[in-house]
Amino acid sequence: MNFGPHLFLAVLEGTVSAFVLAVTALGLSLVFGVMRVVNVAHGVFFMLGAVLAWWSASIVGGQPLLGFGLAMIVAPLVVGAVAVAADWLILRRVNYNPESTIVATIGLLYIIEQMVLILYGPDARPVPAPVYFRVSFPWFGYSGYKLVVIAASAVLLLGTWYGMSKTKLGLYMRATQQDSQMAQAFGVPVRRIYATAFALGAMLAAMAGVLIVPVQQAHYLMGMDPLLLSFIVVIIGGLGSLRGTIIAAFIVGMSDGIISVFFSPTLAKILATLLVAMVLVIRPGGLFGEEEP
Amino acid sequence: MRRHGAAKIIVLHLGVIGLLFLAQFFLPAYHQSNAIRIMVLATYAVGYNVLMGYTGLLSLGHAMFFAAGLYGAGLTIYYLDFTPLQGVGFGILSACALSFVFGLLALRARGIAFLIVTMMFAQALFLTTLYFNEITLGDQGFVLSEKLRTMTIGGAVVKFSDPVVKYNFALMVFSACLLLTLVLARSPVGRVLVAIRENEARTRMLGYDTERYKLLSLVISGTISGVSGAAYALLFAYIGSTFATIQYSIFPLLWVLLGGVGTTLGPLVGTALMFYLIDISSDYTSSYLLVVGAVLLVLVLWFPKGILGTLRERWLSWLP
Repeated sequence: MNFGPHLFLAVLEGTVSAFVLAVTALGLSLVFGVMRVVNVAHGVFFMLGAVLAWWSASIVGGQPLLGFGLAMIVAPLVVGAVAVAADWLILRRVNYNPESTIVATIGLLYIIEQMVLILYGPDARPVPAPVYFRVSFPWFGYSGYKLVVIAASAVLLLGTWYGMSKTKLGLYMRATQQDSQMAQAFGVPVRRIYATAFALGAMLAAMAGVLIVPVQQAHYLMGMDPLLLSFIVVIIGGLGSLRGTIIAAFIVGMSDGIISVFFSPTLAKILATLLVAMVLVIRPGGLFGEEEP
Repeated sequence: MRRHGAAKIIVLHLGVIGLLFLAQFFLPAYHQSNAIRIMVLATYAVGYNVLMGYTGLLSLGHAMFFAAGLYGAGLTIYYLDFTPLQGVGFGILSACALSFVFGLLALRARGIAFLIVTMMFAQALFLTTLYFNEITLGDQGFVLSEKLRTMTIGGAVVKFSDPVVKYNFALMVFSACLLLTLVLARSPVGRVLVAIRENEARTRMLGYDTERYKLLSLVISGTISGVSGAAYALLFAYIGSTFATIQYSIFPLLWVLLGGVGTTLGPLVGTALMFYLIDISSDYTSSYLLVVGAVLLVLVLWFPKGILGTLRERWLSWLP
């Protein structure tokens, strides 16, 4: 293959990972913005989504489309319920103290991860794609499902944008993000908003997991990479800024995809990680964020 | 009152070290080898505690300092024919230099941003150990042979693979770091660190250059973690990238939380307890991380001061 088509393939791959990353990181950003909680267990919610997708596919058996549809309903519901329970049993009890919540979500990460290991096993298991068609370009054929991933992610991003900017719930969330005490004084049920934000963040991660699993296989440790990448994205985008998060997801996702095609993925990750650390050192609020978080 | 307390404190710490020394004559071989590992890892926790317990800075990246000590010692002994002690020295120097450079950069970020920067740098170092896997052998790691761990000191042949040497070397390393933190905690510098933990803005207003104190604390903390890493490489002879993963940044956090944040002996208590908790639970389940997760949750929810912290609060207010 020549350089042109090669680059085209890299851009295509980058776009797919950028969209999935945007959905995952948006969840993390939402939780951080509204609750000021760094959710280290976010990657595990992503992994739970993927594992539940495998489970749905194996129940339905033989009908990938039905399994996918089931997963898109079951995974967010289950993971959302887990998140609400975690908020209620753990985060609320430590009063959303930043350091305690970090330790607590690390604990949650290990517990969920090991439960999945016990119940699901250590194997990576494939999930069939719900639709199978190939888009043929002049130089190579491309899996049509990946285009479905792009479309579905775009719908999720638009849905989140609509919910945040046009609905009452979104208004409440934005009010809580700006000043939770003032919001409470104006009658916003802040505690319930916290639980909702935590659940929505987790659900976004779970749906990203469902979308990616036909491309990537479900494995109990698969949450670590999306977690770190989401951290990178949320930091570059500005802690708590949703628009910044989406812009940053495209910068990071595209460059990660493109660099990985041409250079070693490990080197790409090292550079990205150091770059992000330096961004935080120079601008603690992130590139697109307010000056001070 | 302070003088009265001082005698008790010195007796307590020397007593603990004395007991550890005597333990080697009574402990069965299995527990003796556990004790060596606990002392080396407790040294790591002691280092972590300087930053988290006394200065109030939470880090999720201390594995980079542990790994710097580990690789600094391991690589030089393996490739450059350093003697064991030279290797350990080089490992400690590496961790010291890394923590200084890292501190200059990272301490500009505060709060959550600092935490994430620690994690990012540690991740970058971990990936670096994978990237240069022709030298480090990455995940698989490499082993220091018995020959490489033998040296002559003043005419006597010292084998760092011999259990007696291992035990006493680990004890020496641990005692030195423990006493160093005790002196630090009771010194004027230590008081300033605690003041930063309690209220940084106020401390700055009192005229202390808090940035320099924080850097100092980070360098001490990173260097002690490096001491532990270097000792680990020498005594257990295995050097691999596992030790640079985020898991190894979370472990000292867990040990310190369990033993008691900001207590000198807490790291030892936490490390020993956690070690045996995992040891016992692995008879029943292979997923010992489940225990780690559960302990973390229990600590955060019901026991935020840890064992010695609670003791200090209830009964022993003189505990340093």
